[in-house]
Amino acid sequence: MANMSLTKVPVPEQDPQVRNHNFEEVCLGYTAEQAMEEAGRCLHCKNQPCVGGCPVNIHIPEFIAKVAEGDFKAAYEIISDTNALPSVSGRVCPQESQCEARCVRGIKGEPVAIGRLERFVADWYRENVNEMPRRPESNGVKVAVVGSGPASLTCASDLARAGYQVSIFEAFHTAGGVLVYGIPEFRLPKAIVQNEVDKLTAMGVELETDIVVGKTYTIDEMFADGYQAVFVGSGAGLPMFMGIEGETLAGVYSANEYLTRINLMKAYREEYDTPIKKIRRAAIVGGGNVAMDAARCAKRMGAEHVYVVYRRSEEEMPARREEIHHAKEEGIEFLFLNNPVKILGDDQGRVRAMECVRMELGEPDDSGRRRPIEVKGSEFELEVDAVIMSLGTSPNPLIRSTTPGLEANRKGCLVADEERLATTREGVYAGGDAVTGAATVILAMGAGKKAAAAMDQYLQEKRGK
Amino acid sequence: MVTIIRKKVLNASVTLLEVEAPRIAKKAEPGQFIILRVDEQGERIPLTIADFDRERGTVTIIFQKVGLTTQLLGDLEEGDSIRDFVGPLGLPTELPEGARRVCVVGGGVGCAIAYPQAKGLHAKGLAVDVIAGFRSKDIVILEEEFKAVCDNLYITTDDGSYAEKGFVTDKLKSLIDAGNSYDAVIAIGPIPMMKFVCKTTEPYGIKTIVSLNPIMIDGTGMCGGCRVSVGGKMKFACVDGPDFDGHQVDFDELMSRNAVYRGEEAQQKQRHACRMEQLGKTLIH
Repeated sequence: MANMSLTKVPVPEQDPQVRNHNFEEVCLGYTAEQAMEEAGRCLHCKNQPCVGGCPVNIHIPEFIAKVAEGDFKAAYEIISDTNALPSVSGRVCPQESQCEARCVRGIKGEPVAIGRLERFVADWYRENVNEMPRRPESNGVKVAVVGSGPASLTCASDLARAGYQVSIFEAFHTAGGVLVYGIPEFRLPKAIVQNEVDKLTAMGVELETDIVVGKTYTIDEMFADGYQAVFVGSGAGLPMFMGIEGETLAGVYSANEYLTRINLMKAYREEYDTPIKKIRRAAIVGGGNVAMDAARCAKRMGAEHVYVVYRRSEEEMPARREEIHHAKEEGIEFLFLNNPVKILGDDQGRVRAMECVRMELGEPDDSGRRRPIEVKGSEFELEVDAVIMSLGTSPNPLIRSTTPGLEANRKGCLVADEERLATTREGVYAGGDAVTGAATVILAMGAGKKAAAAMDQYLQEKRGK
Repeated sequence: MVTIIRKKVLNASVTLLEVEAPRIAKKAEPGQFIILRVDEQGERIPLTIADFDRERGTVTIIFQKVGLTTQLLGDLEEGDSIRDFVGPLGLPTELPEGARRVCVVGGGVGCAIAYPQAKGLHAKGLAVDVIAGFRSKDIVILEEEFKAVCDNLYITTDDGSYAEKGFVTDKLKSLIDAGNSYDAVIAIGPIPMMKFVCKTTEPYGIKTIVSLNPIMIDGTGMCGGCRVSVGGKMKFACVDGPDFDGHQVDFDELMSRNAVYRGEEAQQKQRHACRMEQLGKTLIH
């Protein structure tokens, strides 16, 4: 008999007033007992709607059945059959709009905590078994993967399993893309990302860091060096600014810069050399997950006041509910329906305040969300010494500008067909944010998976000729 | 990881390192730079490619020991390695079309960056004058190297302890007034020096290219830490530059942005000194 509780087994978390002073993980994860109890809530529906909601199609009821039995190793094997990064997706996926959104138990009560269970299984495996995957038999065909974020890691993993000799080229000194420079340690510990990368290299995937494709090495050179196909998973790393007065003042950051200093360069740790400015009062402009990450980092770095300045209302915020909730618990202050007009500096060129204007919501716009309109004469000054712009990102033009035949759309996103993720250049595939613009980790993983399958088919056909 | 194959101490604070980096050597052009990280705890810093040898597969960097990272870098010896070395980054220098005669102006350690410019232009057959300015005689660098790649080399020292006394701007103005007509001036050095070179050339309408040195982190255009205002527009120096039209650059803004971490940097250096002292004590006892 299933566990008919209407609510998920709660998951232990660090106390908000403790965790907002450290970078340790907020969510502590299920114990084995809690996981087994939650697993008991799964009804094992015949048509498995949850699987359809998962971009990498994990065999969800099957792995949950193994968790319920206490056979966590078997559960891990089922997950890792389709998902290369379970400890990552279990943590950062917006399950509420994917697998869990389709869970039958969610019709009346809360859905099964699929994400928490996935995370539990991956963590249990890493802590108790941590067997590195075996190196598959090589088919001798070389393929290249550009970038090492979630799309690329997934694509590389699937190609390596199929026997390809995969090389990943990464511009930074550490693999992982947004998983290492963007998402903070308190949501996704970096040791976990490293463990996933180690599994790839154990499978024989070669990782070359410090290679900026388009500068150090080009896609044309890859083909000349014998790579038979290329996957471009270079993401959307180009930060947007508002174009308002004062944005080049000292103390204005893109969220990318602020988060890179903290997460990748570990500026929060004394023994690392990258400096970071002590902020007293910070304004984070934007309402996405990146804004939540930047705000929560600023709080942890000792800021007394952290304001999230967002031009629409809470309802329209694109950030996950869970992240907004966590941010509020940690003392982040939200200024909804406010928009920055200009940033004001002192006589030394440093930020002293941000001028904002209040907004009200009008009729729905193209995106279906109600359009924010300025309330005339409502300008006011918010005293801050740092402004972190978190307005979104777009793809970096470096690769498309150095690869003849690779087309991009008006927004700079690579053009790739939806089914096969083939670009306009033969043998070159692309996926993740490089194609969609800034989206989610799990969609990037799904794209990497699709592309790997299409590349395999392409290469088999090519060899058959 | 790259290996240092040659180290040359140019003066008390300036060091040259030649490293094995064949991929970068193959692609590098004058005006471009690299980003390096000395070790696992290190920060990423940008340094201009001072020279490259495509056949030997080497890249040369020249740097002044001004803070923790350059100190650590200066402590490395031949055979040691640098953890990360990425490039070539930025756009190569672009001269006005049809330019035939240029004046390259270097200030202090900026001469290390001016050198590949002069060398590259000289190799292309342009007439090249070089003005290299230093505070005093003891920090003069690359004199022989410059001589080999230009038509006229003018060295100035602020205190007159070597060659001509005065600033590079004095020399530049006197050369222009004496009838030397330059199609372009390339200025590389401390921000105030570049600013004043631009002020000097502006009345004459001589195109002046400056190589900017803002704070950088990734060097690939993903953070905007290096943004500068050029002609009232926001530019990222790591991908749109580092060279810009000097008459369009907001130098005062660049100066205040570069001063942001001064306090943190002093602390860093202090920490390094303490670490070194500690190490010294353990070695003695």
